[in-house]
Amino acid sequence: MSSANGQLLEVNDLRTYFETEDGVVKAVDGISFRLQRGETLGIVGESGSGKSVTNLSIIRLIPNPPGKIVSGEVVFNGRDILLLPPAEVRKIRGRRIAMIFQDPMTSLNPFLKISRQLMEMTQLHLGHSKAQAYEHAIKMLETVGIPDARARVDNYPHEFSGGMRQRVMIAMALSCEPELLIADEPTTALDVTIQAQILELIKKLKQETGTSVILITHDLGVVAGMTDHVIVMYAGKVFEQAKTTELFARPGNPYTRGLLKSVPDPTAEQGKLYQIPGSPPDVAHLKPGCPFAPRCERAEEICRQEFPPFVALTADHHSLCHFAEEVFASSEIEQTHE
Amino acid sequence: MSSLQPLLSIRDLKVHFDLGGGDVLDRLMKSGATRRVVKAVDGVSLDIFHGETLGLVGESGCGKSTFGRALLRLTEPTSGHVMYRDQDLAHLSSRQLREHRRHLQIIFQDPYASLNPRMTIGQIVGEPLQTFELARGEDIERKVQELLETVGLSKRFIKRYPHEFSGGQRQRIGIARALAVDPDFIVADEPISALDVSIQAQILNLLEQLQRQKKLTYLFISHDLRAIRHVSDRTAVMYLGKLVELADAKTIYDEPLMPYTKALISAVPVPDPKIEAVRQRIMLEGDVPSPINPPTGCRFHTRCPFAIEVCRKVEPKLVEIKPAHFAACIRISPSQPHIENVPPGEAPGLELSTTESS
Repeated sequence: MSSANGQLLEVNDLRTYFETEDGVVKAVDGISFRLQRGETLGIVGESGSGKSVTNLSIIRLIPNPPGKIVSGEVVFNGRDILLLPPAEVRKIRGRRIAMIFQDPMTSLNPFLKISRQLMEMTQLHLGHSKAQAYEHAIKMLETVGIPDARARVDNYPHEFSGGMRQRVMIAMALSCEPELLIADEPTTALDVTIQAQILELIKKLKQETGTSVILITHDLGVVAGMTDHVIVMYAGKVFEQAKTTELFARPGNPYTRGLLKSVPDPTAEQGKLYQIPGSPPDVAHLKPGCPFAPRCERAEEICRQEFPPFVALTADHHSLCHFAEEVFASSEIEQTHE
Repeated sequence: MSSLQPLLSIRDLKVHFDLGGGDVLDRLMKSGATRRVVKAVDGVSLDIFHGETLGLVGESGCGKSTFGRALLRLTEPTSGHVMYRDQDLAHLSSRQLREHRRHLQIIFQDPYASLNPRMTIGQIVGEPLQTFELARGEDIERKVQELLETVGLSKRFIKRYPHEFSGGQRQRIGIARALAVDPDFIVADEPISALDVSIQAQILNLLEQLQRQKKLTYLFISHDLRAIRHVSDRTAVMYLGKLVELADAKTIYDEPLMPYTKALISAVPVPDPKIEAVRQRIMLEGDVPSPINPPTGCRFHTRCPFAIEVCRKVEPKLVEIKPAHFAACIRISPSQPHIENVPPGEAPGLELSTTESS
């Protein structure tokens, strides 16, 4: 429970539910993970898997009503964020935990100059004077690679391209040197060549500042190149959790395996792609068994009856599946045959 | 796979959007230096062969969707020719065009915006059948049910509305609507971009299966190189309204010639941490320039790591550098296809671009 050994964040059994007309949606239902200092954690999942809600819960940005963090702990530097008074949370949010979002267009205020939006951060959190904050804003824009930063700092958001806006967002997020950066689909709205630039920038800044990163994405390629550990989410649950290299080499969950196989491999011959049948479940109406059972190629009767156990395959590789060990073993065989 | 008969022959197709500006004289002349014109598609020539899937890839704003829409005259071309069954679609009257429209269909990117929320699935898929008088009365319902089953949906869905369906199912409905009129050719405009990863594979497989069953020809437009590499027979790369490279899909991915294509492929993340850890990326500086005032000469010269002075002046032609492999770059030529081996400052392909233009 302490921040010793370089552990920055520990999430224990987090549950965030939403009251809807359709019933209670268990968007996040019992998530646990740890994040070490300087580490990058990837959270992968399809839409509705709960990956964004997990991160909004960490910084307590769940709109209530309809949402509610029902239970769990979010221990950041030894303190449970969920127990802190709102004023304390505001001191952490932006200052020590910063976020960047998918759409840089809607995350910036179109009526305010970039300078004003950047200065707000350091004036509020670091007690900068106007002049200090202005200089700091320019320095941050230079850090994220905006050419001619001094001239552009007084531009408005619409005068920047999508990639440049995402750079501004990163500058803003990093301006108070946070210990944790949460990046929620930071490159999904961008072109591939711009995506490569932004990912490279996040990598470089991470090395320079030692910030820990939680990277939320649906793109397995981005996860492969950016993260140390990965969590695969499905229907509000952690389905698999492992070191990145391990997860890609030896997946221990049929869902992860299916996802990895369904991405077209440019080096392979064309042909029928592996496809996971059906569509992601409606989290408001989950059946008792494994939520992936209706789409799973390995599912048996037990999967439809009983919720699967979270099996430890190795010390830091876990999988939520009745047949986790079998799937893991068969992945291992495939691996050695390659 | 593809026979050598082009189904569509596109020649020097241009789509320009006039944004206005300039003084009265400029406006009257429809030209002039101060007029702001977006050259979304600026002189593209291309053959699309019977039964093939031609992948068209590029970044946002490169004109790939406008090109696809212009083939069907959903966006009016400014000039150029689209030859289909000995007719120039670009110059047909709207009445003549109607007869051909049936054979040319489109599937859209956004399965939420492309289905009318007030119509039932039966009405949506049945509408083209009525429009083209291909069926009447009960026949329509029977055909719609058949179509739904063809795209992997239950025929019971016929009375339901779009909001009752997931993104993947809606995309199947859009595909059923395109198939209703028994087309030869389908423009698939980013058909999987809005879908979840596990659904993307389903739609790609469905499109391929339908192509085999119904002998369809596709123009598959996407920014996703992995998907393009998987589905297409040949791939065309667009940059700021111009075609910059065209070849067999495997060749373009494995041995790209044009520096832009190389950078594009190198930017695609590979879902394998071992490869990602050792990969050297070709990083492009800056953003895609505005198509309003595109750079002179080669439009890529502002971001190209190999650009030299002459690249700013000479507009490169799409030249056959290797057999059936075309690229638009003056710094390479059939005898010097690899830009890395070309001595600094030299432009072996310069002659090919200047002689052909005269």
